[in-house]
Amino acid sequence: MRNTLWETIAPNLTLLVISLAAFAAVIYALFLIGSRASVRWQGWLRYGIFLGPAVLLLLVGLIYPALRTLWMSFMDKTSENFVGFDNYLWAFTIPEIQIVLRNTILWVIFVPLVSTAIGLAIAYMTDRMKRASVIKSLIFMPMAISFVGASVIWSFVYNFEPNENKPEIGLLNAIARGVGIEPVNFLLNAPWNTFFLIAVLIWIQTGFAMVILSAAMKNVPEEVVEAAMLDGASNWRRFIRVTLPMIRGTVVVVLTTITIATLKVFDIVRTMTGGNFQTNVIANEMYAQSFRQLNYGQGSTLAVILFIGVIPIIWYNVRQLRLERTER
Amino acid sequence: MRHFVRRRTMLGVATLSVAALALAGCAAEEEAADVAADSDSDATSEVAAGCEAYADYLGNEGESVEIYTTIIEPESTLFQESFLEFEECTGITIEWNGDQAFEEQIAVRVAGGTAPDLAIFPQPGLLSSFAGDLVPASDALSASVDTNYTPDWKNYGTVDGTFYGAPLGANVKSFVWYSPKTFADNGWDIPTTWDELLTLSDEIAASDFAGNAWCAGIESGAATGWAATDWMEDLMLRFQDAATYDAWVDNSMPFNDPKVAEVIAEAGKILKNEDYMGNVSAIATTSFSEGGSGVVDGSCAMHRQASFLGGILVGDYGATVVSPEDTDVEGGISTFYFPGVSADSTPALGGGEFVGAFSDAPATQAVQLYLTSPEWNNAKAALGGWFSPNLGLDTANIADPVNAVAVEILQNATTFRFDASDLMPGEVGAGSFWTEMTAWIAEDKADQAVLDAIQATWPAS
Amino acid sequence: MSTLTPSATRRKKAKDIFSSPLASGAAVVIAILWTIPTFSLLVTSIRPETDINSSGWWTFFTNPNISFENYEKVLFVGTGVNPPMFQYFFNSLAVTIPSVIFPITLAVFAAYALAWFEFRGRDFIFFSIFALQVVPLQLTLVPLLQLFAKGLVIGDTTLIPALGITGTYIPIWIAHTIFGLPLAIFLLHNFLRQIPRELVEAARVDGANWFTMFTKIVLPLSIPAIASFLIFQFLWVWNDLLVGLTFGAGSKSVAPMTVRLAEMVGTRGSGWEVLTAGAFVSIVVPLIVFFALQRYFVRGLLAGSVKG
Repeated sequence: MRNTLWETIAPNLTLLVISLAAFAAVIYALFLIGSRASVRWQGWLRYGIFLGPAVLLLLVGLIYPALRTLWMSFMDKTSENFVGFDNYLWAFTIPEIQIVLRNTILWVIFVPLVSTAIGLAIAYMTDRMKRASVIKSLIFMPMAISFVGASVIWSFVYNFEPNENKPEIGLLNAIARGVGIEPVNFLLNAPWNTFFLIAVLIWIQTGFAMVILSAAMKNVPEEVVEAAMLDGASNWRRFIRVTLPMIRGTVVVVLTTITIATLKVFDIVRTMTGGNFQTNVIANEMYAQSFRQLNYGQGSTLAVILFIGVIPIIWYNVRQLRLERTER
Repeated sequence: MRHFVRRRTMLGVATLSVAALALAGCAAEEEAADVAADSDSDATSEVAAGCEAYADYLGNEGESVEIYTTIIEPESTLFQESFLEFEECTGITIEWNGDQAFEEQIAVRVAGGTAPDLAIFPQPGLLSSFAGDLVPASDALSASVDTNYTPDWKNYGTVDGTFYGAPLGANVKSFVWYSPKTFADNGWDIPTTWDELLTLSDEIAASDFAGNAWCAGIESGAATGWAATDWMEDLMLRFQDAATYDAWVDNSMPFNDPKVAEVIAEAGKILKNEDYMGNVSAIATTSFSEGGSGVVDGSCAMHRQASFLGGILVGDYGATVVSPEDTDVEGGISTFYFPGVSADSTPALGGGEFVGAFSDAPATQAVQLYLTSPEWNNAKAALGGWFSPNLGLDTANIADPVNAVAVEILQNATTFRFDASDLMPGEVGAGSFWTEMTAWIAEDKADQAVLDAIQATWPAS
Repeated sequence: MSTLTPSATRRKKAKDIFSSPLASGAAVVIAILWTIPTFSLLVTSIRPETDINSSGWWTFFTNPNISFENYEKVLFVGTGVNPPMFQYFFNSLAVTIPSVIFPITLAVFAAYALAWFEFRGRDFIFFSIFALQVVPLQLTLVPLLQLFAKGLVIGDTTLIPALGITGTYIPIWIAHTIFGLPLAIFLLHNFLRQIPRELVEAARVDGANWFTMFTKIVLPLSIPAIASFLIFQFLWVWNDLLVGLTFGAGSKSVAPMTVRLAEMVGTRGSGWEVLTAGAFVSIVVPLIVFFALQRYFVRGLLAGSVKG
C-alpha cells in the first residue's frame, strides 16, 4: 500500500533522465537549425540561440521578480492595497526588527573582517612553509560543507546540558566543567549567542580568504620583496610595507565577496536557533515574515533592505571592472 | 554521403526532441501521481466481506490522499494504525506527512502551488488565514458534523459563515502531570486552589526531594513557545472571567491591557521562579516532551501540560498512565486538575485540530468525511492516548484514565474555552505570541514589553 | 654549482628568515583546531547511541566502540512519517546534476556571444549581468515562487501560463540555473576574451559560421574554465538549503538532503546519533569532490578574484 523507496524514486529518476535528454536534444536541434540557416538568418539566429536563453531567464527570473518584490514592499500583506512607506517605517521602528537589523550589521562587520584577518595571517604563516598544502586543505575544507551541516557540527560543539548530573557531551562545555567554570548555554544567552553563530560562518569563510590571499601573495614578484630586504627590513615590516599594499585589490575583493555571502546566509540562524533568542538576521526574518506572519509586504521590505545593503558593493565592483577594462 | 546521413539522423533527433519534451511534460504531471490504478479491479458494487461499514467511501481505488500535519512520532504511528482497515477496504492510500514546521511550510506550499490534499490545522486561527485557498466543506461533511459534534465545534472550523474544517482530535489542557508514587512517598497532597499549589511548590522546593518542584519545556522547532501560551490561557481563565477571555481572543481588549499583565505576572510566579524550576532559560531549549519526562524519571514533581502528553510519555519514555490511586506503580503518571483561584471555580481550557481540504478530489472528500465518523473516532480512541469531541464517542473506548477524565471535564466544565492562541489570527497565535513568550523565558524579557510586542503584530482589520 | 651566486644567497637567507618555526607551528595548531569540529562529527556518527548520550566523543579513544547502526538507521530505515535519508540523497543528486549542467551550458553560450559578437549595447548587457551577481535570493524568492505556481498574468493577458510543474524538481532546477548564470557568464567571459582574435579571424576566413566556430574552437578551449565552474556550482547547489526548501515547496519527494537535515535538527526524536550520521552522509560527497578536485575548485575561485 505504502510507496516503497523505489516507487517514490522511479518517477523522479524518469523525470531526471528525460529532462536531461530533452535539454540535449533541444540544444542539438537549435544548433542544427542555426548552422543550416541562410547567412542572413544566421545573423539573427545566433543572438537568439546563444544570448537569448540566458537573457530571457535573467529577465523573467531575476529582474522581474526583483522589481515585483520592490513593488510588494509598498503594498500590504496580501499585496492588494498600497501602503506607501509604512512597511519601511515598521522595519526601522519596531524594536524586534531593530534587533534583527542590528544583528545583521554585526554579522556584516565581523565575518568579513575576522575571516580575512585570520585568512591573511595563515597565508602569511604558510607562505614559505614546506608541505603547507595539507594545512591549507584542512582550513579550506569547511567551505565544502553545507551551512546546514556546519550548523549541526557546531550545535554539537556548543551543546549545553542543564542538568549537572547528566553527562555533558558538548566539547566546549565539557572543557568548562573540567576546569571548573560554569557551563554556558551558548545559543541561548543574548547578545553573545549571535557571536557564537558568527563564529560558525567565520570558520567556513576563513579558508576562502586564505586561499585567495595566498595566491595573491605568491603573485607578488620576488624582486620587489628582495629589494625591500636589502634595506634590512624585518619580515613583519616587509609584509606590511610591501606585500600588503600590493595585494590590496585582492583583499578588497575578498572582503566584498564574504560580505555578500554573509548577508545572504539564512541557514545557520534558522538551523541553530530558529531565529529565537534575539539572534535573527534579515535573511531569516524575511522568510518568517512572508510565511509565518503571512505578510508579503513586510517580508518584501526586508528583502529590499537587504539589497540596499549590497548596492554599494555592486557599484564598487562595476566601477572596478570598467577601470580594469580601460586599462587593457 | 556524410551530409545525407547527418540529415536523416538530424530529422530523427528533432522528432525525438519534440517527443522528449512532450514526455517531460507528461512525466512532470505524473510525478505527483498515485500508484498506478488497478485497471482490472472488479465492479465497485461488490463490497468485500467485513468492509460494509466503508460502503460510503468506495469508488476511489488506487487513489492516494496526503494528510499534512504537525503530528509526528509517536502519535502518528497510532493514526496510521487506525487507518489500516479503511485503506484495505477502500483501496485508498493515506500518506501521513508529519512536519514540525507545518505552520511555516503550509504557507510555502500553498504559495508554491503544492498544497496538500488535507491539512490538519492545530489552530482555527491559522485555518482561517487560508480560507481563500481551502475547499468549502461538502454537504455530506457538513451534515456529518452537524450530527456528530456540538455547534461550538462546528463553529471553530467556520470562517465568515462558510464551513471548512471538521474537528479531529481534542485535548484538555488544564492538567498538571505528576507521579502518584512520588507524591505518596513524600506525603504531598493534591492542591485544590492556586494558593495551595504555590504553597506545595514552596514545600517541595524546601524539602530534600532530589528534583525540582516543576519542570517545563517549550522548544518545538519552528513552533517553539506554544507551551508557554497554554499557561497564559489557563491562568487568564482563572484570574479573569470568561468575557475578558473572549475579549482577549478577538482583540476587543488589547493584548497589552493591564488585565493581561496581571495574568502574565501570575505565570511568572512559577515559570520564571528559579527555586521551582532550576535553570529557567534552559526551558526554551528543552523540548516540550522532554520537559514532561521529568515526572517519569523523578527529576521534577509537577509538569503542566495537556492531556495528549500521556501518549508521548508512554511511547517515548516508558511511562504508564495510571489513576491517582495507583501509588505504588514505578513510572506511573497521572494528572490532577490545574487548580483555579477557589475550589469551586473549575474552568477548563481545551484545544483541538481541524481538518481542512485543499483538494476537491473524491478520495480526499471521502477521507475527510471518514474522519468525522463515530466508527473511526472510536477505533482511534481505543488505541489510547487520544480522544475527540465526537458525540458518538463511547467513553468506554477511551483506553487510559487520564483521557477518560479529560472527556468528563470537557463535557461538564463550568466554563470551557478553546485555546486562545489557536483562535487568534495566525500571525499572532502561531507567530508572535509564541516567539514573544519564548523571549520572555529565554531572555527574561519584561512582561509589558512582551505584551506590547504581541499587540503590535495584531493584524489591522 | 657548488658556490651560490650572490642573489641566490640572498634568497636563501630570505627563506630562512621566513620559515620561522613559530609561524609554522601556529599554522599547524590552527589547522588542527579547524578540523576538530568536523572530526567530532565523524567520530560521533560511528559510536553506538548509548555511548553518544552518556559520554563525550573524546572518550572514544579510550573506549572505542565502533558501530554503523546509526548509518543504517538514517540511510535505510525511515521514521513513520519520513522516508530514509537514501531518498533525500537521491534527490540531492537529481537536483544538483541538471542545476550544474543547465547554467553552465547557457552561460557558455552567453559568454561566447558577449565576448565574440559585436553589437551595440553589448557592454551594457555585460555589466548588467555582472551586477546581477550580488542580487540576493531573498529579493526574488516570493515572486519567483508565485511565478512557478500561478504563471505570469498582467492585467488580463497571460504572459506565462501556470505550467503545472510545482512539486517536481523543475522549479528547483530553473531557480538554480537563474542564480548561477551571472557569475558563470562573468567567469567564462573573462576566459573567452583571452582567446586571440586571430583565431576568430582565421576561422571566419575559412568559412566557418558562428555555430561551428563555437563547437570547434570555443568549446574545446573553454574546458578548463568550465571544469572549474562546474565544481563550484556543484558544491553550491548540493549545499543549498533555501532554494530546495522554498521551490521544492515542502514536497518531501523532491527535497534534497539539506532540507531533511535542517528538519531533523530540533525535532524531538532526532538524537545526535542520527543527526551526526545524517550530517555526515550529506557532506561526504562534497568532501570527496573537494579533495579530489581541489585544484580546479581553487582555480575557479581565483579566476576573477585575484587582482594584481
